[in-house]
Amino acid sequence: MLLEREVISDSRNLANGHYELGLFANPDALHEAVDITGQDTRLLLQQLRQMVLIRKAEEKIGDMVTAGTIKCPCHLGIGQEAIAVGLSTSLRSTDRVFGAHRSHTHFLALNNDVDSLFSEVLGKVTGCSKGMGGSMHLIDKAHGFWGSVPIVAASVPIATGAALAAKMDGKGDVAVSYFGDGAVEEGALQESLNLASIMKLPIIFVCENNFFASHMHISQRQSLNSTIRFAHAHGIPAQIVDGNDVVAMARVAKEAIERSRDDLGPFFIEAVTYRWRGHVGPREDTDVGVKRNEDLGRWKLRDPIQRLVGALEMFNHLKVNDYIKLESEIQDLINDAWLKAEDAPYPEHHALLDLVYFDSKVK
Amino acid sequence: MEMQTITYAEGILSAFRYLLSTHPEVFVFGQGLWSPWYVGTTMTDLDKEFGKRRIIDSPVSEVAVTGAAIGAAMGGYRPIIVHPRVDFMMLAVDQIVTQAAKWTHMFGGQTNAPLTIRGIVNRGGEQGAQHSQAMHSWFAHVPGLRVVMPATPEDARDLLIASVLSDDPVLYIDDRWLYETTQVVPPISEKKLSVQKPKIIREGTDCTLVGSSYSTQLCLDAADLLESNSISCEVVDLRVINPLDYETLVTSVEKTQRLCVVDGGWSNCGLAGEIIAGISERISPGTLLARPIRMTLPDAPAPTSKVLEQVYYCKPEQICHRVASMFER
Repeated sequence: MLLEREVISDSRNLANGHYELGLFANPDALHEAVDITGQDTRLLLQQLRQMVLIRKAEEKIGDMVTAGTIKCPCHLGIGQEAIAVGLSTSLRSTDRVFGAHRSHTHFLALNNDVDSLFSEVLGKVTGCSKGMGGSMHLIDKAHGFWGSVPIVAASVPIATGAALAAKMDGKGDVAVSYFGDGAVEEGALQESLNLASIMKLPIIFVCENNFFASHMHISQRQSLNSTIRFAHAHGIPAQIVDGNDVVAMARVAKEAIERSRDDLGPFFIEAVTYRWRGHVGPREDTDVGVKRNEDLGRWKLRDPIQRLVGALEMFNHLKVNDYIKLESEIQDLINDAWLKAEDAPYPEHHALLDLVYFDSKVK
Repeated sequence: MEMQTITYAEGILSAFRYLLSTHPEVFVFGQGLWSPWYVGTTMTDLDKEFGKRRIIDSPVSEVAVTGAAIGAAMGGYRPIIVHPRVDFMMLAVDQIVTQAAKWTHMFGGQTNAPLTIRGIVNRGGEQGAQHSQAMHSWFAHVPGLRVVMPATPEDARDLLIASVLSDDPVLYIDDRWLYETTQVVPPISEKKLSVQKPKIIREGTDCTLVGSSYSTQLCLDAADLLESNSISCEVVDLRVINPLDYETLVTSVEKTQRLCVVDGGWSNCGLAGEIIAGISERISPGTLLARPIRMTLPDAPAPTSKVLEQVYYCKPEQICHRVASMFER
């Protein structure tokens, strides 16, 4: 099994024109516990905690959308938690991370700040964007999250420019640009890959390939299902990784980030995962795409949380009761945070005009 | 410091030199910056003087270059993007309108994109529909984007500097038909863009002519001609068309009681109509002694044939004719 995975993830093999994800795209594969050999247990437990926090936060948001309490469009990252959690392990606060429409995971992986996320999706002034952004416009510059926007691929060139600024600063900071498999169909992304490559910019392009752009399966949109062909086309080194394996994700990201810090240019990670919920909102949308109804249950067996729990239990780093306790502790935290957000105030009316220009001395 | 005579093109060039010499966070990014033509001498030898790390010629990628300037601006730099023609800039409309202009507002004032986008209007010469557009009215529609349209060499210089030093995204539009215009100007002074307003650049008593960029020069020429017909025109140069301050315009129209707006864009939903509407809302009914006039391009794409070009672009004589008609009884 291990041998087969290595063959498929070998970029040279894919460069021969066989840009297919193979095993990574097989919903019956990669259900087993992740390989934690040689990993720092404390870090693994921290990553588990973060993934559970994100899962529970997303589930709470989903419930509140269903209840009608949240009105703004929410794109949930349930099932995709390992990518941002693994990657963020190697980031520092002076790095600059940009997200897209499905970015709760990217945001929380950097700051664990469910309070400001919950407030923001409710349009409260205590939100990360002061209640002016909602789910699709998150920011936390203090923790390196420079912004997420829902126009597909729009933040990719901006992240590329943040990398240019980092390169000009010369302090080894990097940019991270998260996007989905739909974004590689945008010209903005192709232009950005070329620019980052020709200018040798310190940026990690992270394609979360969850096989869906809205209701359309990747097989309905692209001729091949691996997006790293675009990285290769622009001379950018790339790696496919099991995006539901937090250990593998952290390892690949660490190498990519260190490389960029050393001014060796951009890197492209294709993290293969699956979207458990619909494009927007909490429903599973099993009536769209290709074979989604049939595949979803099998994909859920590639759960990034349960695969880490399995490994930790196998090595006795976690007992059955420990995980139940963790879940319940985090659920309490989430419930409390939600009540706090509901009680928080809305923005004042003057925010509408006061915030149009940064130079606020003029109306 | 002495007053000196400079052209509009020299004004732009000296603004670049000033910014690059005194502000290390400024860099220039765009297509054609290492080309020997230097967009009509407005950027001659900047790459040699300041180096190719700060004067960066780019791939043919308007979207990525504009986006990258936004990202670099968020990272503490002051990039200036150059589009040798406005037409090509429009490939980057998402980055200008939906990204740069929105980030401050939608992130609660916690971030900003202080980039300057220099779009050049480059018309005539049978360049046709896709090399001649002036889309300032579109962009001035967008809250969060400051739009600057200098008409004089002094403004070409000082408003470029003010644009780059502004904390907001700025679209700075210059017109190649103005490059040889001369003016006696004082030394450079750093001005705050957010307090720049329309200016009366010629006083008069009978009619207010309003222009921006090249159309301001048309207004000045028309005012000269009308003076020989004993019609005294006041010319107001808009300078900054978003956000727009109406105080000077209203004061002038209350004095002259006649209004003619000249614009280098199209008519429908355009700047000229907006100025007339904005003034009309602010003056008392009965102030105007004649119907207001707007003079714009015909509502057609720019033609190529020189015969059609001749009738496409507005001339001072046409302004005179229309303004004179306001005084007929």
